[in-house]
Amino acid sequence: MSTKTKSKTTYQIPVGPIHPALKEPVMFEFELDGEKIVDVDVSLGHVHRGIEWTGMRRNPVQVLYLAERICGICSYCHPMAFALATERVAGIQVPERAEYLRVIHAELERICSHVLWAGVAAHEIGFDSVLFLTWQIREKALDLTEYLTGNRVTKAITMIGGVRRDITTDMHSTINEGLQFIKDNFEKLRRVYLDDKTFRMRSQDVGILTKEDALKLCAAGPTTRASGVRKDVRLDQPYFAFGDLDFDYVTPDVLTGEVNGDVYDRIVVRLLEVKQSVELIEQCIKQMPEGEIVAEPKVAKLLASLKKIKGEGIGRMEAPRGEVIHYVKYIEHEFPYSWKVRAPTYNNILPWIPMLLGEQIADIPIVAASTDPCMSCTNRVAIVDGGKRYQLNHEDLHKLSVEKTRRLMK
Amino acid sequence: MTKQLTPKEIVQSFTDTFKTKIKNPRIETHAAGSKPTEFIHIWMNVDKSIFKEAVKHLTTLENYPHLAVASGYEWENTIELVYHFSIYFGERCKEISLNMTVVLPKSKPEIDSICDIIPGALITEQEKQEMLGVTVKGIPKDKRAFVSDDFPKGMYPWRKDETGASGKMVRNLHEGDK
Repeated sequence: MSTKTKSKTTYQIPVGPIHPALKEPVMFEFELDGEKIVDVDVSLGHVHRGIEWTGMRRNPVQVLYLAERICGICSYCHPMAFALATERVAGIQVPERAEYLRVIHAELERICSHVLWAGVAAHEIGFDSVLFLTWQIREKALDLTEYLTGNRVTKAITMIGGVRRDITTDMHSTINEGLQFIKDNFEKLRRVYLDDKTFRMRSQDVGILTKEDALKLCAAGPTTRASGVRKDVRLDQPYFAFGDLDFDYVTPDVLTGEVNGDVYDRIVVRLLEVKQSVELIEQCIKQMPEGEIVAEPKVAKLLASLKKIKGEGIGRMEAPRGEVIHYVKYIEHEFPYSWKVRAPTYNNILPWIPMLLGEQIADIPIVAASTDPCMSCTNRVAIVDGGKRYQLNHEDLHKLSVEKTRRLMK
Repeated sequence: MTKQLTPKEIVQSFTDTFKTKIKNPRIETHAAGSKPTEFIHIWMNVDKSIFKEAVKHLTTLENYPHLAVASGYEWENTIELVYHFSIYFGERCKEISLNMTVVLPKSKPEIDSICDIIPGALITEQEKQEMLGVTVKGIPKDKRAFVSDDFPKGMYPWRKDETGASGKMVRNLHEGDK
């Protein structure tokens, strides 16, 4: 953790914690020597909303809708991880068709999330036209989400024992059309993010996380895979129908032949995963068996049976940003006795420290954004310099980053 | 990489090393998909006196065991922490989840920090201190991470007794402003 190498020549910048666009507000305290970061400290919890506390006072079906509101982007993973944990305690057998439907929704969420992230990353280094290009693609993925679930953000598709809506054969053409659009545009994205000279200059050898650090600090998701750690719950412990599908771990060496663990590698992993997700949805549509979509369609009956269960279980899911894990304990009561939610960013906080050490102030936005935490915590930066205190806002910091890009382009 | 043990051998290696300090080990097999694909969750109660040794023992099975998080709850006169580890990841269907439950008496809820073995455990240890009032001995950063600095001392939101979040602190939004 923080080693505090303070001296007369260094100064501090606190970054964060609040910005209207934040998904996860975080407070950084940077120790700087000139432009170089020599120490980082991270504080959390600025929007702790006591969701777990509330969940222990709600019945399991109500918890699904509460869990959906933990995160606007992972609004499918959280209720689903809770449903997985509950199903394991209750011994509910999910129908096969529902397992495939669950994969389709999970992968669609991954596409939306990764493409959104790619846009944010482009914005952070000053390529706003690329932001609009990527979000145009995301718009199509959101349209598809709306077509399949009835909602664009909080999908309300999860049910304990299955899903709430089916995909019928007459819907296949619209799905294929949406997936084709993403595939057609993929090459454009790949060219911009992976071949562009300036993009490479800003992302290569920046924010390095070594494989050893990733393992020691228990990093999760694309952040750890970009450092060469083969860790993906979809493959490690195939839940849903992932065990029936043909795919493999995505590490940057698949494309580039080497692992550096830098920002560039994290872009590579996410872009390849978008492609992989499209392929997984296509496989599901082809292989999906006929049958029921939920084990117990009557919610009142389901709730009555859940009142009688006793025991503990975990639900693990590979969310777009890494593993989501929910622990739940039941004691033959209407409400869960204990509920613990662990989102991937929880584990991707500590890896920021080795990533940011030695980097420049202008690299803070792209390095912090590279773990996909929603970077906008850089809203309010107060520089404490020789007792004088002044503030840099998000725009100023963003400007520094853009200026660095422009300098490199010359 | 050391040889991968079967779930039974893993439990055996723990009970052989720590004898009666390991209680109620159970191996759960879950399945998913059409094939179906099976995977394993191991659960065991670990005595708090050997908890740190047990985590060290885990590193003999896997060089870098992954700690997802530690859950926790109050149960009568005790506080129970559940550490969720996973080992053998990186190969399809090989990963095993290992959940260790440690029971601490409420009168003296102390547990050893495992940050020197798994540095990534820091945030979850901080969280258990704030939310459940557990003292983590030897924690490298003894600072609040989740609850704010002005949150009352001696109050632990996840507790269900008088030290838990009291009625005054809870505002029911559906009742409107009163």
